[in-house]
Amino acid sequence: MQIDDSVMTRQERISFMLRSLYSGHGYERYRMSKFEEYDLYSRNKDFLFSDGVITFTDTTGRLMALKPDVTLSIVKNRKDTPGTLQKLYYHENVYRVSAAADGFREQTQVGLECMGEVNDTCIAEVLRLAVESLRLCSAEFVLEISHLGILNAFVDAIAPDEKVKQAILDCAGQKNLHGISGICRENHLAEGAGNALIRLLSLYGTPRTVMPKIRELAEEYGAGEMAAQLGRAVAGFTGSDLENKILIDFSATGDLRYYNGVAFKGFISGIPGSVLSGGQYDKLMRKMGRKDRAIGFAVFLDMLERLTEEETDRA
Amino acid sequence: MLNIALPKGRLGEKVYAMFAKAGFECPELLEPGRKLIFDNEDLGVRYFWVKPSDVAIYVERGAADIGVAGKDILLEYRPDVYELLDLKVGKCRMAVAAPNGFRDDMNRTLRVATKFSRIARDYYTSVGRDIDIIHLNGSIEIAPILGLSDVIVDIVETGTTLKENNLSVIEEIVPISARLIANKSGFKFRTEQIERLTDGLGKEVLQA
Repeated sequence: MQIDDSVMTRQERISFMLRSLYSGHGYERYRMSKFEEYDLYSRNKDFLFSDGVITFTDTTGRLMALKPDVTLSIVKNRKDTPGTLQKLYYHENVYRVSAAADGFREQTQVGLECMGEVNDTCIAEVLRLAVESLRLCSAEFVLEISHLGILNAFVDAIAPDEKVKQAILDCAGQKNLHGISGICRENHLAEGAGNALIRLLSLYGTPRTVMPKIRELAEEYGAGEMAAQLGRAVAGFTGSDLENKILIDFSATGDLRYYNGVAFKGFISGIPGSVLSGGQYDKLMRKMGRKDRAIGFAVFLDMLERLTEEETDRA
Repeated sequence: MLNIALPKGRLGEKVYAMFAKAGFECPELLEPGRKLIFDNEDLGVRYFWVKPSDVAIYVERGAADIGVAGKDILLEYRPDVYELLDLKVGKCRMAVAAPNGFRDDMNRTLRVATKFSRIARDYYTSVGRDIDIIHLNGSIEIAPILGLSDVIVDIVETGTTLKENNLSVIEEIVPISARLIANKSGFKFRTEQIERLTDGLGKEVLQA
């Protein structure tokens, strides 16, 4: 029987296109239960997008939760695969507290995870698939990319205190440069290191325009190799038709207790927040007793609700 | 078109003068009337007046690309926006005030009346004081006078209202001023225009 795709919603069509894109690149569908033991989330609360998990007691008396996150479940339920690279994709619903809904909301995500021998080629492929995912949704999109290792090296040089460090990272995520200066002044912190971070955050643009300056600046703070890694990850875009869709922007931050390396967020013109979010999370893997490295991203299908048919068609 | 949300009132007018000086003028904006949305198609800007506490919502939800909001609103509601510039206008402070001669009895839970529950909670958590928040929407100053609360957490500009009600500042929490904020997505697609505006405003702030 032929399926008439006009009966599908825009999100349904996009989700099928994304699944087809990922499976075409060798990613296998990963299916999971809607529930996990609550303990998994209580131990990794800070990794979750929002506070609050819907819990219930199952028939055996265990405290269970409707999953608020996909990545944690995949990491928990999968063993290390030394020397290999496992490529997975998923299409799942998660249950999170939404400020907009003033309560819990069911959200649909399509995403992928690479676990195991994550090398430069793998990182570049994941970034390429993130860009292709955005391109399937709209013609007007941007993928902003940062490197949390580099950001961490700069913030470490300013503040050893975790609380101050977090306040500086919060400012970095808001492009609040005056806030960073203020924190440095109030806490009598190294002015030079503070100014260097401000310079790093001011450097946003296409890889071709900003990477040389980032390499130079990163060298000074012992982050030269990480800058080189970032350069290798985005090198494939330079000279391509996607070059202007890629922005290096260090305001794309994440929780440094879980994430490391390349981090990225996708934006579509006309949609107010990020529609795609991802990055390397080797630190989460270590925290959960895994030796493998990992990188992945999710596309938030609910965010695409406001896209017009015209925008999707142009894509 | 760059959509700009300005706070209604004196602060908004002051801020608009800064925007105009930075090359983003829209003279119709200052004409008397009930109109709320103003376009300058030649410059590609659209201004609209909104309630000061709503500016951050318009920006976060993308109805406005940029806007001007007080730091008090940003600290209280924590919208997911960029905070690009401290405009150094609308300066005041978030403070704890109490009836003159007030002494804090550490054996009792401190009753705090405020419009800014999150700021008050964060402040007292940072100093390890157990409090009972009484959320009010206005006339906060009368709460301690009527015995509804022990202290208040509120914005203090000149301190005249406090003085007239026999209250005084006992702790300053954070200085407040107007901030230029931007929608995270809008910033990516109107970078050149927003940067030009931010640079222009930044120069004015330095010269002030």
